[in-house]
Amino acid sequence: MFDRRDLLKGAGLAAMAAALNSTRAMALDTVTLPFANGERPLVKYPQKRPMIGLTSRPPQLETPFAVFNDGPLTPNNAFFVRYHLSDLPYNLDPDKFTLEVKGKVDKPLKLSLKDIKKMKATEIVAVNQCSGNSRGFSEPRVAGGQLANGAMGCARWRGVPLKAVLEMAGVQAGAKQVTFGGMDGPVSDKTPDFVKALDIDHATDGEVMLAYGMNGEDLPFLNGFPLRLVVPGYYGTYWLKHLNEITVIDSVYDGFWMKSAYRIPDTPNNAVEPGTAPKATIPINRFTIRSFITSVPDGAKLKAGAVTLRGIAFDGGKGIKEVQVSTDGGKTWTSAKLGKDLGKYAFREWKLPVKLAAGSWELKVRATGNGGETQPDTPRWNPAGYLRNVVETVRVSVA
Amino acid sequence: MQRTVPLAVTFVLAALAGSAFAAPVNYKTPDEVAAFKPGPNLEVVQGNCSACHSSDYVATQPPMKDKKGFWQAEVTKMIKVYGAPIDDADVGKIVDYLTATY
Repeated sequence: MFDRRDLLKGAGLAAMAAALNSTRAMALDTVTLPFANGERPLVKYPQKRPMIGLTSRPPQLETPFAVFNDGPLTPNNAFFVRYHLSDLPYNLDPDKFTLEVKGKVDKPLKLSLKDIKKMKATEIVAVNQCSGNSRGFSEPRVAGGQLANGAMGCARWRGVPLKAVLEMAGVQAGAKQVTFGGMDGPVSDKTPDFVKALDIDHATDGEVMLAYGMNGEDLPFLNGFPLRLVVPGYYGTYWLKHLNEITVIDSVYDGFWMKSAYRIPDTPNNAVEPGTAPKATIPINRFTIRSFITSVPDGAKLKAGAVTLRGIAFDGGKGIKEVQVSTDGGKTWTSAKLGKDLGKYAFREWKLPVKLAAGSWELKVRATGNGGETQPDTPRWNPAGYLRNVVETVRVSVA
Repeated sequence: MQRTVPLAVTFVLAALAGSAFAAPVNYKTPDEVAAFKPGPNLEVVQGNCSACHSSDYVATQPPMKDKKGFWQAEVTKMIKVYGAPIDDADVGKIVDYLTATY
């Protein structure tokens, strides 16, 4: 019914070619990510611009990296998509949508979308990043979705605080955690349904949000329409899509997606010796601090002279204090000028005018957070390929 | 009488326009084009793996030194963790196919 090539043609070839800059377009409908077996089709889904296709069932789409140079908010039609299970609610009816709040509450609730939109709305600008973002760079390589750096995005989310909904329901004494379920599910009833949990203090911190709006529009279907959880500073695994079930429990949830999956080593830097298994693990939680050069792709050829480097930085919620840039492979560093502060959970833009002489150069960028943490020179490693935040390097030749 | 445009066409147009949803959503994904590569026991793989996921889940995995060990672990994970109903007799065939083909 949908001819991908026709849709791609309709998208504007020049714009697409520009967007693919950093991922080295091989043909018009294929990109090659910079690691072994990195060839991917460019795919066009409804409500999305051409995206890097990781898998088709369930759909997983990565954002072409050049998009991050366009501004601190990632457009809805370029925002990455990650699902675990193949039974998606393709035919959901927003008018019949119901959010159920149950468990250890005084007054179980069934809220329609209209009920939720009648409540006092709040907004927050926050980065969502897949736990597996950048997994393809893990060395030694590990199993899982082989993503480059495009499984992240920053949006202005609009909705209601989870706290307000839980207060309406009345959380009972002894509550320990809140679990979240969405309308998507497994094909087989033997596959564990995707359910995540947050501690009760976290769930009621006033920042965790039930969002129906994204950058001034409804959520795109593939980003969780009509309602999703927003957990600022935390990896995307907690940001349940098509959210329709909230359960307050008086125990620590021990379902597969908390107890066995999405675990990181329980070591000081959550890393282990490459290729080894950790002795103990904990659930993945806050983002590590990261920064990127977005204005110049790896392998670029530049003219000698003045050029302004640009990029983004973000962390798990302390906010960005400083971004430093090196044009000589890390020998010397200069502080960049930070862009507008959209909040401590947002992408923070940075820019720095530099002069490049003829030759081959390694450009590097390193962020420091308000909490003092910074990025390592060598990658940390863990068996699932999570938490990558090594200082990024862009190699350029200048003539 | 007034409905000269079939309803199904209207939904497709709404999905293509990519905005203003008709309710229900009726979201349409593109046709699945990826397919398992030809190889030994291909039909066993198609029969067991395709029920839950597309073939690109396999094709995009990284090149590993110990291919057989890697694919054995993946198939075991599908059975033990995700509850894939794979007959014991098929496990070896699937691992052999994946090792030889990817």
